[in-house]
Amino acid sequence: MNTKKSFPWLIVPPAATLIFLFGVPLLLVLAVSFASRGTYGGIEWVGTLTNYTSIADLLYLRIFWRSVWLAVVTTAICLVMGFPMAYAIARAPKRRQGILLLLVIIPFWTNFLVRTYAWMFILRTEGLLNTVLMSLGLIHEPLNILFTDWAVLIGLVYGYLPFMVLPLYAALERLDPSLIEAAWDLYAKPVQVFTRVVLPLSKPGVIAGCVLVFIPSLGAYITPDLLGGARTMMIGNLIQHQYLVVRDWPFGSALSFVLMAGVLAAVLYYLRAGGARSLT
Amino acid sequence: MKTGRWVIAASAADLLFLYLPIAILIVFSFNASKLSARWQGFSLQWYAQLFTNQALLAATENSLIIAVVSTVLAGLLGVLTAVALERQPFRGQTAFEGFLLLPIVMPEIMMGVAMLLFFVMIKLPLSLVTMTIAHTVFNFPVVALIVRARLHKLDPRLEEAARDLGATPWVAFRRVTLPLLMPGIVGALLMAFTLSLDDFIISFFTAGVGSTTLPIKVYGMLKTAVTPEVNALSAILVLVSMALVAAATWVQRK
Repeated sequence: MNTKKSFPWLIVPPAATLIFLFGVPLLLVLAVSFASRGTYGGIEWVGTLTNYTSIADLLYLRIFWRSVWLAVVTTAICLVMGFPMAYAIARAPKRRQGILLLLVIIPFWTNFLVRTYAWMFILRTEGLLNTVLMSLGLIHEPLNILFTDWAVLIGLVYGYLPFMVLPLYAALERLDPSLIEAAWDLYAKPVQVFTRVVLPLSKPGVIAGCVLVFIPSLGAYITPDLLGGARTMMIGNLIQHQYLVVRDWPFGSALSFVLMAGVLAAVLYYLRAGGARSLT
Repeated sequence: MKTGRWVIAASAADLLFLYLPIAILIVFSFNASKLSARWQGFSLQWYAQLFTNQALLAATENSLIIAVVSTVLAGLLGVLTAVALERQPFRGQTAFEGFLLLPIVMPEIMMGVAMLLFFVMIKLPLSLVTMTIAHTVFNFPVVALIVRARLHKLDPRLEEAARDLGATPWVAFRRVTLPLLMPGIVGALLMAFTLSLDDFIISFFTAGVGSTTLPIKVYGMLKTAVTPEVNALSAILVLVSMALVAAATWVQRK
């Protein structure tokens, strides 16, 4: 191992970049969250907790509650939808697995804004769904789905389903099929095979997938902004509103850190449950 | 052991769910109707209009400048990170690895807020420069992750053999490891380029006057009035990122 330690400075530029251009900005957000808003929207450096205490307003609590709830439901739907697909890919012939995985990965890397817009186009009052349903005579009044929680839910599931499938696949692919066969040989019913063999053995993938879907859903901005109405604000929209519209940066920063706390809790849970290899 | 029929059906439904909206968008970008939800014949007029829209061409230029510069910077930093993590263990590496994942895992809105605050505090005017910095920061951990996975699979004995034959560490890296790593690096760069080109939220927070990018332009169009031109622009953006990702995957196969 004589190549070791020949370039000990290698990590310096990336570490410096990460510390000064990412760590410092995050610490600034934390610092500003304890400041107060100046008369003209500036920042007054007084140590105060008012930004955090004012979150405990029913108006804001409702937005937090809605965000958590939508993120939980999105995660659950993604799990139910993603599991069969991950299982089917993991059990497909090796040659076909690559193509199937690519099909899951492509939307995941495709412009999120545009993918969300596709649903606006479909769900609008005079959009494709209503046009088709009305011309088939199935409905007479257009359905108002856009700008509701339903539209936000569809958009979130659509956006983050690949985040669920990939780690699930990684876990299921490692699952030894002979264990499933053994369960069949011992006369397990299909449900028992699933709940007693497949599910416990794929638990790391389930946890990874749930965390990876929950985090971006909780902090979603584009989806509720485009598909939700004024009444379906989520934390992300509230932060953006405080930063760019109201220009109350201290309060916006406090909101960001509460969101951050939620994210860190999810990440810690993920790390403790023991899986960091399923990202790529 | 056969996969159950309903499992296959559910997977097919998932794929349909993932692709149908994109397909609909692309198909309707060729629709002649201005009201756009009813099919009224094939037309390329919305595409033709895009190419005469000066603001859009300026936004394309901005997007490309940011994507190219931030991809090069993210590539350099990302490869350094990957090599350091895999071949030069250092103290506090585990903590650093966790920290490195944060820009990838954290909700984009938080990163946007943090970057905006930072640039305002250090009094750097919001412009293409600030956007490029922000894109580099969220992109280099992605490059690091992809390149490191590749490096992890390489046999370290190849480089050691070169060293035993008298190559300096740098020559051994450049002549042995780097060529083997190249498919991973090219794939990672394509991914970084795609992420930069597609990014909206972080760009939205760090953009200044005159540094509008394509996604910001699309967002503006969606917020004012949905015209068929948006469909055409969206179709182009979707197809470009799909092509880039397919290319990135294909390159890494070798």
